[in-house]
Amino acid sequence: MTLWTPDPTFYPSPRDAAGAPAEKLAYVAAFDRSCARPDALAVIDTDPSSSAYGTVVGWTDLPGTGDELHHFGWNACSSALCPNAPHPHVERRYLVVPGLRSSRIHIFDTKDRISPELVKVIEAETLARRAGYSRPHTVHCGPEGLYVSALGGADGRDGPGGIAVLDHTSFEVLGQWELDRGPQYLAYDFWWHINQDVLISSEWGTPSMIEDGLVGELLLGRKYGHKLHFWDLRKRSHVQEVDLGDEHQMPLELRPAHDPTRMYGFAGVVVSVEDLSASVWTWFHQDGRWQARKVISIPAEPADPDRLPPVLQPFGAVPPLVSDIDLSVDDQRLYVSCWGTGEIKQYDVSDPFKPVELASLRVGGIAHRNPHPADPALPLRGGPQMVEVSRDGRRVYLTNSLYGAWDDQFYPDGVGAWMAKIDTDSFTFDTRFFPHGDDFRGLRPHQVRLQGGDASSDSYCYP
Amino acid sequence: MTLTAVLLLGAFHGLNPAMGWLFAVARGLQERSLDRLLQSIPVIALGHLASVALVALVVAATGSLVTGSVLAIGGGVVLVGFGLWRLLSRRHFRWVGMRLSLWQLTCWSFLMSSAHGAGLMLLPVFTGLQAQGHAGHAASGGLGVAALHTLAMFGVAGTIAVVVYQVAGLTVLRRAWFNVDRMWALALVVAGVITLAQV
Repeated sequence: MTLWTPDPTFYPSPRDAAGAPAEKLAYVAAFDRSCARPDALAVIDTDPSSSAYGTVVGWTDLPGTGDELHHFGWNACSSALCPNAPHPHVERRYLVVPGLRSSRIHIFDTKDRISPELVKVIEAETLARRAGYSRPHTVHCGPEGLYVSALGGADGRDGPGGIAVLDHTSFEVLGQWELDRGPQYLAYDFWWHINQDVLISSEWGTPSMIEDGLVGELLLGRKYGHKLHFWDLRKRSHVQEVDLGDEHQMPLELRPAHDPTRMYGFAGVVVSVEDLSASVWTWFHQDGRWQARKVISIPAEPADPDRLPPVLQPFGAVPPLVSDIDLSVDDQRLYVSCWGTGEIKQYDVSDPFKPVELASLRVGGIAHRNPHPADPALPLRGGPQMVEVSRDGRRVYLTNSLYGAWDDQFYPDGVGAWMAKIDTDSFTFDTRFFPHGDDFRGLRPHQVRLQGGDASSDSYCYP
Repeated sequence: MTLTAVLLLGAFHGLNPAMGWLFAVARGLQERSLDRLLQSIPVIALGHLASVALVALVVAATGSLVTGSVLAIGGGVVLVGFGLWRLLSRRHFRWVGMRLSLWQLTCWSFLMSSAHGAGLMLLPVFTGLQAQGHAGHAASGGLGVAALHTLAMFGVAGTIAVVVYQVAGLTVLRRAWFNVDRMWALALVVAGVITLAQV
């Protein structure tokens, strides 16, 4: 596991990473909603010169059932080159794959094989005993080890959610990251401004608020998360919370600028309870405190109630439901997925306070069920959900499932299963790349990770 | 011969990105300031000096209590053991945080050098001094060796930092950052063997 020269997928700066070779494989977390069969990691061929391009070429079942795979990450990334604790001769080799429902964390080896191989399982009890958490979610490779956010507490406690730290190499759970969590209770995503020792976290809900579906009373009562939290990464303590306003329910994905000299980032908010719009916010540090400003607002689209699921019929409109955003490695383009309306939008964010919409594509959607150009006769359910951008920024990958119980509410006829790829120069779907339906063997595809890293996997210590 | 070895080891320590020049470059790049880089190198060298001098003083103090051969054997065994541990262990030094004051950077450098056994690598020289003279001379001689060693380290680290910052760029890391840690561990073992051979 020790190399003589740094892992070739580690890059000192985002500029260097943008020159990385194209990925040849994509790993997709896929889960079985019925919990009858194991979830799986599906491996997709992304090499256009390969005869298997755009098809599922590898598959690894999980050892158990009912994991509900969601997000996952690498054991090591470009932060291994950071000068304060360098360890560049480890390999980007293992995928750390949490089960959001089972609370088990799985470690898969990807080296010299197409289908990843399971090497370790961290049981829910271990995570609970050592870190006091359950429902592990986002994974980032960071200064003290692997950081894994978790939505729930342990031993029957619903919360608080927070971050557990795992050892880089042994994958042992080292403990709870927070020393002083201040007012923070809800958890979801997190990332950092690594050179400024700042960690940012967002809020979704506790397990009881999400696991049986979106709870209307909680949403209208504005009980889901609506704050961003800023932390001292070194002291592990809460510094400041920024309330986006309680009408802005569920700030989920956090995308800080990759340029380590810049202190801003973007947060996507799923829905406003005032008008069902979705929004994107820019956070920044000014006048000695953290602030956030709404920079993108995407309105709901009126629709015939007959075409709507029960949860939306009273409103006669489809909310965009921005469930994921992704920032290109050069910090120039922001991609925003509208899972409700079935749209993916591309923004120029060279000025992070004035995004300019450049292009948009429609696929799926609650009311429209737009087809993919590779199969124009096939109406699609689900919408662009997880977005992943290649390191060079030229390709964007999408999957269509959000979260089991929520898929069922918004797409009660079944969310289906599909994955798509967009070429960003022309901003068109690649008609050669459309794994869907039975390709996923009845499972629902969720997050995508690209071989060698992608726009949401690595942090860089040098500009 | 000894002097050359002391200087070469200093250069070797200066060469290692983990010993500080890379941190200096990062600090410079963060604010696009060569000054910030240049401020960082001396404090990093100071931390390194403290780490090496500590070993020199410990050897001198121990040497005044025990006979020369006990010191050399003990030191050699410690050194070989430490080198093997460095070679086989996957653990690496961790310092959380990138925003350090110059004083904290000195502490970082001291800890980084100590964790890597920078001073231990000079054990054969220190024990050699011990064998030659009486305690007082060994202490001052050891400190002199530490200072010379650090001067070489400072020169090499500073030069590399400036060249990387001004000319080469950090992409050089991807190719040129060979696994110094492994070589370093071997050097520790070799130093241990030399110490034992002096007996």
